[in-house]
Amino acid sequence: MTIQFNDETFRDDYTFRNSDWAINRFPFPFHEDSYMYAVNMEQHRGGPEGSVYEKRFDVDEHYVAEMRDRAMVLADDPLRCQSLPHMTLAGWDLLELIMVSKSEDYPDLFELHREGDQWRWVNKPLGIDDSFTFMDETTLPYGPMEYITRQTQGDFCVLDQREDNLWMDAGIVTTQADWSLDFDIGMNFFEWHAPVPLAHEKGIFVRALKFLLNIQQGAPARRLNWTMTVNPLLDTSPENYHKWGVQKTTLTPENIGQKQHLRVELQTFFRLPRSNALVFPIRCYLCSFQDLMTKPKWGRRLHRVIRDLPEELATYKGFIDNRPMMLDYLSQFDDGLPTSPGVFPDVETEPPLQK
Amino acid sequence: MSKFEFPRSIKSRPVYGTLEARPGKHHLMIADAEGAEAIMAIATPELMANTHIIYIPRGTDYADKLRALNPAQFYEGPSYAASVTRIQRVLQDAHMGLQIYLTGTEGLMGQAQNEAMQAGYPFSAIQTEHRGSVARRMQCVHCKGITEDVEIDPFVCSHCGLNLFVRDHYSRRLAAYQGVCIDAEDPGNVPPSKGIYE
Repeated sequence: MTIQFNDETFRDDYTFRNSDWAINRFPFPFHEDSYMYAVNMEQHRGGPEGSVYEKRFDVDEHYVAEMRDRAMVLADDPLRCQSLPHMTLAGWDLLELIMVSKSEDYPDLFELHREGDQWRWVNKPLGIDDSFTFMDETTLPYGPMEYITRQTQGDFCVLDQREDNLWMDAGIVTTQADWSLDFDIGMNFFEWHAPVPLAHEKGIFVRALKFLLNIQQGAPARRLNWTMTVNPLLDTSPENYHKWGVQKTTLTPENIGQKQHLRVELQTFFRLPRSNALVFPIRCYLCSFQDLMTKPKWGRRLHRVIRDLPEELATYKGFIDNRPMMLDYLSQFDDGLPTSPGVFPDVETEPPLQK
Repeated sequence: MSKFEFPRSIKSRPVYGTLEARPGKHHLMIADAEGAEAIMAIATPELMANTHIIYIPRGTDYADKLRALNPAQFYEGPSYAASVTRIQRVLQDAHMGLQIYLTGTEGLMGQAQNEAMQAGYPFSAIQTEHRGSVARRMQCVHCKGITEDVEIDPFVCSHCGLNLFVRDHYSRRLAAYQGVCIDAEDPGNVPPSKGIYE
């Protein structure tokens, strides 16, 4: 299908909306009625047609507006995009991966023409038509990582691999779940995950690292993560927390369905060919509670997951104070019926709400 | 003075050891305040004959005691900031076989370790021993300003004035812990400050 790009905002007046198409394909992250940390990694080799898993770098109706929001964040705070000096080659690897993937997966939106190292990149939604010399930074308006990720939804962490560890040595981070690239840059895998509760003790990070160190070229992997955000605010950064934190207190029983959003990260992992770095795109999808509740299965399940979530996780994810109000709202959509396994809404087979 | 036992914490928080004299052609010891005691604990005439001590007293009176150890080179600096170009110069000159010893406050060790890492030393090869004040060097995640010697939690950012709580999350690159606004969700509701480890 041809994507109709929304003219919308992720700040101030928050005109962000999901169409029915976007709600249907929302990556609901709970495959059962409860949640606990897990490595939950799978191959990133396509998925159901039209789903967010189908393409290597999903493009959706929010693309143009998200890129506009990213440009605003970077103008306010250039430290959201940083690359340590040894990471430039990985930046070129990433530029190539994204340009090749997008031009193959969305030929009507993106074109890549290559003649030796003379490349021409056409990005129709953003109105870009640039010719440059591959591996020559002086022929691009930004470094290669910044150039291509200003045109690609999701945050990007580029991880150097050495000493049997991964090092957060480059990235562009403007749609993050409250962590600071500027603070974490240069840290290893265990250090940047240090503030996460429970998962270290469960051995999650040791297992995840082992898996990631062995990711091979052409065999990317993916997993989902999630949190909660009041208002469809992409830039929930620690840098600006003193400005947006107060929005969490604006929830009321009347507006919660519209204001409270489930925030899901589709995290993917690709090995890069020249640098042997690992790129870790973190793509953020937002969906309001009221839109989620249009799927009876998601309504039942979200209530049970949030109700039974350990207190540490609700605190870490930043919604412990609002959890009672969330449960008051969500319980209206839980009639106690069983739910089908898996993340998809199964609207054909799941019964409508019985109350 | 007895050593402070830091409580167990998250994985980005540095842990410090106890200095020991290691075989090496040259020894660079960087210390502030009570860090002098850790140097005196391992000093022998043989070790000192090949040792360069860079010391920032910070109001203590250990400098003469260190000088009396007869190190090959001794420098007393009025502050870390005043000493840092000297530290960089010494590291630039360093040869294989140099042993690095850092001791004193976390801020001193963190910043000197950062200089050594930038000069190419893996941080795992650098010895550290905490002595003296348990104050922290804090970065405000909001304005990026560094506040030195923070002893209380919460504290007021010395740059932007926000009320910050003291996290254990630590960046070696910045040689600082992270401070995050404590009253963002309820402006003005700031609990009374207490000592970081109280």
